[in-house]
Amino acid sequence: MSEVLVLVDHVDGAVRKPTYEMLALAKKLGEPSAVFIGGSDKADDAVASLKKYGAEKVYVVDDAEIKGYLVAPKAETLQQLVEQASPAAVLVTSSAEGKEIAGRLAIKTESGIITDAVDVEEGPVTTQSVFAGNFTVKSKVTKGTPIIAVKPNAATPEEGDGAGTREDFSPTISDSAKKAKIVASQPRKASGRPELTEAAIVVSGGRGTGGDFDPIEGFADSLGAAVGASRAAVDSGWMPHAFQVGQTGKVVSPQLYVANGISGAIQHRAGMQTSKTIVAVNKDEEAPIFELVDFGVVGDLFDVLPKATEEITKRKG
Amino acid sequence: MRADTNMNIVVCVKYVPDATGDRKFESDNTVDRVGVDGLLSELDEYAVEQSLQLKEKQDDDTTVTALCIGPEGAADAVRKALQMGADKGVHVVDDAIAGSDYLATSKVLAAAVEKIGDADLVVCGMASTDAGGSVVPAMLAERLDLPQVTFGSVIESQGKEFRIKRDGDTATEVIGATAPLVLSVTDQSGEARYPSFKGIMAAKKKPVETWSLSDLGVDAGEVGLDAAWTQVEQADARPPKEAGEIVTDEEGSGADALVGFLASKKFI
Ligand SMILES: Cc1cc2nc3c(=O)[nH]c(=O)nc-3n(C[C@H](O)[C@H](O)[C@H](O)COP(=O)(O)OP(=O)(O)OC[C@H]3O[C@@H](n4cnc5c(N)ncnc54)[C@H](O)[C@@H]3O)c2cc1C
Ligand SMILES: Nc1ncnc2c1ncn2[C@@H]1O[C@H](COP(=O)(O)O)[C@@H](O)[C@H]1O
Repeated sequence: MSEVLVLVDHVDGAVRKPTYEMLALAKKLGEPSAVFIGGSDKADDAVASLKKYGAEKVYVVDDAEIKGYLVAPKAETLQQLVEQASPAAVLVTSSAEGKEIAGRLAIKTESGIITDAVDVEEGPVTTQSVFAGNFTVKSKVTKGTPIIAVKPNAATPEEGDGAGTREDFSPTISDSAKKAKIVASQPRKASGRPELTEAAIVVSGGRGTGGDFDPIEGFADSLGAAVGASRAAVDSGWMPHAFQVGQTGKVVSPQLYVANGISGAIQHRAGMQTSKTIVAVNKDEEAPIFELVDFGVVGDLFDVLPKATEEITKRKG
Repeated sequence: MRADTNMNIVVCVKYVPDATGDRKFESDNTVDRVGVDGLLSELDEYAVEQSLQLKEKQDDDTTVTALCIGPEGAADAVRKALQMGADKGVHVVDDAIAGSDYLATSKVLAAAVEKIGDADLVVCGMASTDAGGSVVPAMLAERLDLPQVTFGSVIESQGKEFRIKRDGDTATEVIGATAPLVLSVTDQSGEARYPSFKGIMAAKKKPVETWSLSDLGVDAGEVGLDAAWTQVEQADARPPKEAGEIVTDEEGSGADALVGFLASKKFI
């Protein structure tokens, strides 16, 4: 069976959940090989967790020399691994960075690329959701090594020991891959809540909050949810851009999405329409968001959410 | 000192189906680009805006060229960029291009940038509003062997040194590079201007070149649907969603109903 390369998405060695999801998908296509590009002191822990989620092999690439540069060195690394391993496919996270790596790798290896896959089956045949979720598209790569950028929540991580064999790999990085430099980096403060794109439940607030996110955050915490925001809330400076859901923010696909004081503009829908269950609270019964919902409350979020939060806390208590 | 701050800026603008219209697929599973009204991708307006601001900061000899690959109608997108203030337009149109994937699109764009010549900056939007892959800028950088500085929300420059701020997935970063480079900007970079009446009149006199693949020396067999390295096998409209249950809150009934619904779905 051929290898399937999975680029490990991690923060300082801590492997993020979408990687485990990709390992589960990779198993359907061949033998999952994880590619860990990171600090060598962090590698042992990463290898252990990757093994636990099914990695047969883990390529460890020490990033001391390439850490400070944008995507190009990672694309070069993967190119060299593709040449060595002739994998059946390469999977990367469909984040801004992941897609850029995929794009450059596609050109380097003369291969077709598919972004924003929400599922990958044997073939590999991918599923994408396009035009703000109005169409479902199945595609195939017809040339080269399929390079597929996979969205978070595309699969359920599967525990089950892989061999987890560690293989150290030293790529040759060209000078031209080092021309865009990360001059400064300010890690985002941990909110203590789940990561927006990975969360099973997302609770969002819009202009209807009037800038007061307390009811949104309280409700989110009662459900163990991540907090999101519409662009109107972000543009007003109420929430950082990292919380924006929509076409120019994060695209989320949780089990449950709760939109509060959000009208449901097409650009917002583009970021949440594929959520499994959609709930909205809005004062205006004509708000377009109600066209999407499984359940809607016409009402003031400042009445509905605190009371619901109290009730949920009581039930859970 | 002035002369070396002149810049040659190429801004890539895409012509896309109107997102508020009825976007659909053709029988060959390509995006219907003829049956719906199109326009300059809103996200590329930000790229035009940043290009114009750079030009205003530099001196008069800086040129902004709007580059678009698209069908006949796509001339509208080029015109809009000229009305906003770009100096020149290049429209690459060729029947063979229809159905191209990212690889072919980036190839044709790269060839056009090379033909325009001596670009210091290639400016793109953060994503096209139809395909939305956010990959073309990175691919252009790869093809042109230029540094990529992408997803900028704040753009600063001093001569040919560029610094951008970007909101990454896990961190806010400052990226630095020296032109020539490929830059992409987000919708956080600053409102795009509307064409003024003067701008609209002036645009009528601005030069627009129309190039075909042969003008670019790109072989028609390398682009288009048949040459695509990916293939859409199936495109299905999402089944219409069943109307959900909607309740009106009266003295707390809304919260109770909401909690009841969440419990019935096992979210609590
Ligand atoms: C190129 C482009 C990209 C964009 N990208 C995005 C994006 O990524 N994400 C995004 O969200 N938007 C995006 N937008 C903006 C989008 O078009 C809308 O303007 C935006 O989503 C509106 O946000 P909103 O729903 O919070 O505000 P509004 O549309 O103003 O809606 C507020 C809602 O709150 C309700 N409300 C008010 N008070 C209360 C209350 N007390 N209780 C309950 N309900 C109340 C109102 O009835 C109303 O329906 C983009 C736009 C463009 C042009
Ligand atoms: N056909 C095209 N013509 C001109 N520019 C394009 C075209 N396609 C993509 N671009 C540029 O590449 C950016 C990203 O596009 P995409 O990778 O499709 O999301 C856009 O915002 C444009 O600046």
